[in-house]
Amino acid sequence: MKVLVAVKRVVDYNVKVRVKPDNSGVDLANVKMSMNPFCEIAVEEAVRLKEKGIATEIVAVSVGPTAAQEQLRTALALGADRAVLVETNDELSSLAIAKLLKAVVDKEQPQLVIMGKQAIDSDNNQTGQMLGALTGFAQGTFASKVERDGDVLNVTREIDGGLQTVALSLPAIVTTDLRLNEPRYASLPNIMKAKKKPLDVVTPDALGVSTASSIKTLKVEAPAGRQAGIKVKSVAELVEKLKNEAKVI
Amino acid sequence: MAILVIAEHSNAALNGATLNTVAAAKAIGGDIHVLITGQGCSGAAEAAAKAEGVSKVLVADNAAYAYQLPENVAPLVVELTKTNGYTHVLAPAGSNGKNFMPRIAALLDVDQISEIIAVESPDTFKRPIYAGNAIATVQSSAPVKVITVRATGFDPVAAEGGSAAIEAVSSVQDAGISRFVNEELATTGRPDLGAAKVVVSGGRGLQNGDNFKILYSLADKLGAAVGASRAAVDAGFVPNDMQVGQTGKIVAPQLYIAVGISGAIQHLAGMKDSKVIVAINKDEEAPIFQVADYGLVGDLFELIPEIEKSL
Repeated sequence: MKVLVAVKRVVDYNVKVRVKPDNSGVDLANVKMSMNPFCEIAVEEAVRLKEKGIATEIVAVSVGPTAAQEQLRTALALGADRAVLVETNDELSSLAIAKLLKAVVDKEQPQLVIMGKQAIDSDNNQTGQMLGALTGFAQGTFASKVERDGDVLNVTREIDGGLQTVALSLPAIVTTDLRLNEPRYASLPNIMKAKKKPLDVVTPDALGVSTASSIKTLKVEAPAGRQAGIKVKSVAELVEKLKNEAKVI
Repeated sequence: MAILVIAEHSNAALNGATLNTVAAAKAIGGDIHVLITGQGCSGAAEAAAKAEGVSKVLVADNAAYAYQLPENVAPLVVELTKTNGYTHVLAPAGSNGKNFMPRIAALLDVDQISEIIAVESPDTFKRPIYAGNAIATVQSSAPVKVITVRATGFDPVAAEGGSAAIEAVSSVQDAGISRFVNEELATTGRPDLGAAKVVVSGGRGLQNGDNFKILYSLADKLGAAVGASRAAVDAGFVPNDMQVGQTGKIVAPQLYIAVGISGAIQHLAGMKDSKVIVAINKDEEAPIFQVADYGLVGDLFELIPEIEKSL
């Protein structure tokens, strides 16, 4: 089956972001960018499905600026067969991205779409579910295990309190949780080969999708700071402070 | 203005987060309806009817809604929103709410606002982004605001005192494309991590799963829930539903005790709104000490039993 994997270019997870002084957003100038960690897991899962002979072709797709080609090349180096970039410089809402992905799904007709459960910048956790609604596909979110059983996909999901397994009719959408797999590193020969793999660029207009959003960000602020407290010398002092000063035990 | 709150519940009872979500709905202002979807969920419906501020409880009790499969719940909520003219649809940002709410929003063709921590006005909300390192104020012009609520951002409404009418919903939406297979729930006698007043969390410093015993023993003495960092979960010390952080649970207890946890930003995103933070670590340079009210440098294997003894 054909698998579509969506990846996002985001600020690297190790970067401590700073809010711009004019409160218009987060300062992303000269900050290291990477593939969203949950998307890496999605690519890895697709590649493993191909290695098991379940997936036949992997198409990586990203919605973002020209520079997002880097993340698509990374996906190609990890084992995707070809890539599609929906190029836009606008910061899009999850719904707009889901609509663009729906247009790509209509064109590519994959049996399975794998994507991360959330991007670590907007922390929305929406796009996969929205794509499910727009395509009418079943959804297996926060997946920690994915197994194909004929025309059905068994997805084990991480839920509050434990794990839940659901059976989904194909075509389906899976969003990845951190424990689904351990992503591999791209080898140098694979990185070189990835440069020759096809990468198509399309625009939202060409896909006939309006990306207007009903949400406006009024301001972005730094969270209320938390001051470092004191270091205590002994357990007795700690217990005394918790009882009499903080009064929490 | 009418607001629909989709309850998180265990069929027999409401989960605490539902009361926090009703509090968010009260801050928006309007008539508050609570929807209970499930199978055999009359206990939860009766509990919702008693919650302060709720004017009506809708109950969709059907096998199609057991386990709240989003493929079935989403079209039901869309139908109710259209017939009853809700301006806001809210759910707690638990694993169920996160699962079905974006599906509802997309079916209504509106953007969703995830994990709000404050209500500024009926169309303006605050929410954390970048693992809690920035707070965005967002305004929505959508005809229906679809919102998930971070429970720790709102004080719960009273669980008793209300007397809402209970009304059955007869509509059955069954997409037939997904099916529940099974569930494995971790069972402990301790309070729920999200609702506990005291949380004791362990990290890589515990070295193995057996050593978590000393945290369990301390937690039992304090009536606390036990959490973990991602390092401890990934190393297989404890199950992943104990994880506190950006990708796990968000907690804001009265007292958070971080044991053998360095304090990566992803972990801090899950606990830095705790009232009092205590850090116990042998590395005095660990970032956790930058947010801890009380820090104790030393070997946790000596210190934890000593704390337990002195309580």
